[in-house]
Amino acid sequence: MARAVSTRRKIAFTALAWAIGLIIFFPIYWTILTSFKTEAQAINDPPLFFFFDWTLENYAVVQERSDYMRFLWNSVIVAGGSTLLGILVAVPAAWSMAFVPSKATKDILLWMLSTKMLPAVGVLYPISLLFIQFGLLDTRIGLVLVLMLINLPIIVWMLYTYFKEIPGEILEAARMDGAGLREEILFVLTPMAIPGIASTVLLNFILAWNEAFWTLNLTAAGAAPLTAFIASYSSPEGLFFAKLSAASTMAIAPILILGWFSQKQLVRGLTFGAVK
Amino acid sequence: MGNIVLDKVEKAFGNVKVIHPLDLEINEGEFVVFVGPSGCGKSTLLRLIAGLEDVTGGAIRINGQDATDVPPAKRGLAMVFQSYALYPHMTVRKNIAFPLRMAKLDKAEQDRRVEQAASVLNLTDYLDRRPAALSGGQRQRVAIGRAIVREPAAFLFDEPLSNLDAALRVGMRLEISELHSRLKTTMIYVTHDQVEAMTMADKIVVLQAGVIEQVGSPLELYREPRNRFVAGFIGSPKMNIIEGEEAKRRGAHAIGVRPEHMSASSTEGLWEGRVGVSEHLGSDTFFHVHLDGWPEPLTVRAGGEVAMHHGDAIFLTPDEERIHKFDAEGLRIA
Repeated sequence: MARAVSTRRKIAFTALAWAIGLIIFFPIYWTILTSFKTEAQAINDPPLFFFFDWTLENYAVVQERSDYMRFLWNSVIVAGGSTLLGILVAVPAAWSMAFVPSKATKDILLWMLSTKMLPAVGVLYPISLLFIQFGLLDTRIGLVLVLMLINLPIIVWMLYTYFKEIPGEILEAARMDGAGLREEILFVLTPMAIPGIASTVLLNFILAWNEAFWTLNLTAAGAAPLTAFIASYSSPEGLFFAKLSAASTMAIAPILILGWFSQKQLVRGLTFGAVK
Repeated sequence: MGNIVLDKVEKAFGNVKVIHPLDLEINEGEFVVFVGPSGCGKSTLLRLIAGLEDVTGGAIRINGQDATDVPPAKRGLAMVFQSYALYPHMTVRKNIAFPLRMAKLDKAEQDRRVEQAASVLNLTDYLDRRPAALSGGQRQRVAIGRAIVREPAAFLFDEPLSNLDAALRVGMRLEISELHSRLKTTMIYVTHDQVEAMTMADKIVVLQAGVIEQVGSPLELYREPRNRFVAGFIGSPKMNIIEGEEAKRRGAHAIGVRPEHMSASSTEGLWEGRVGVSEHLGSDTFFHVHLDGWPEPLTVRAGGEVAMHHGDAIFLTPDEERIHKFDAEGLRIA
């Protein structure tokens, strides 16, 4: 009896999980599908699910109209740069919070997280002023800096959680063995935390890649990444759903592929520490 | 070189004093054991010497130089941790070579010293394994190997054997003693196990609640414990402490008699009682003897083949020469 119940439950949960998965995936599926339709088919009523004349025309037009590679390159630089810089800043910060905590450590961690609750638009004005002042508008370095800063709390939090799992005695052993702070972090802590650091890098790269508020507001033509590339197709000149979809597909493809190949690492990273 | 002097060293965590100001001198080449019950501050004291904790007051001198504010990396001491604290991402070879790499020794010299340490510790066949692929005893050897390669001024051991099973523990105890007699380097060893302390030490430091109760050789502590705490802590099984009439008669507040300093007989003796639990070790038998009107049973050592059973009458006679006398404060009366 017990067995029958548990099988039925299993089926129910599996069906539920598939349903949720499909609901989440549907917009992406629809975007990719639409990118292969003509503009007329894209707004057809009833919607066309599979049987239509597949065309690559939209991709050709998008390719012709805008310089995809330049946007892609900007995205790579901005997401990669902000991630790298973030890790460099966050590793020592997380080290000190995990291994030499003070009374204020918990508060600082919470305070850092609380900055994530602030709506970005709330600081648009001051940040814009700073950008103008320092000549950072529409520069990649400006974007790298601002994305690093907004994602820093998450990086520090994640690294802090991983570092907490590393026994302090091993770091003390390194100190006894003659390692200074730099050697301790470089040769002992970092290699031991590689799985955690890798998933932090990955998640942060994805977050930075998808970031669309600051990248749209602080760039014009020069430093615009793929988010701006997509946005340029939702123009007031008229709705071109098929072309917009083609642009979106091209913009999300790299990160989708990256995510697909690293999902194991990502899941491990996000549940690390939660399950022993 | 390996002379360490603690001068009025004290340590507090917040308002809690874990080490009260204490003086201690550890001489070149000595094997010193810090022993005491858990929470007595022995590990903290070792960590203060290592530099892993900062002192709240006082000074630490290593080889005559003030080391109080010197970081652990620069004190020239090596430490073996209870958890071994090996670097899990490095092979045994890299683990042992790590201190040499930090000291920027050239590669050939590093290899030479690692090979030498490995052969001393029977690790040659395991040099290319990771710590995860080793047994507890092998891991402990790697930790010791990592400590000996750099030829430190002193070795610090923080309960290094407590994660090993009993049989291995005895073996490693001998190996460490052997190592000490070969290297003749100062060793400071922390343990809560008085048997380890007695068997390994040149000098034992007994600690309780952050205070040094007594410093001396194992036999000094055994023969002339300064107070009741040391008397009870050194020796196994524990010394019997007797208060009341019997103590008063001998001019003391309390007297102490070790189980091995009483004779047991089934026919005659000074104190009469009944056999309670008996522990047969083969070579010896320990009887727990209940005496009428005495609050605590006494423990007595008898031969291995003594035939006495639960409930039998037993007579005990202490060796008057070896009775320890204590005053009301618990201090030894000479």
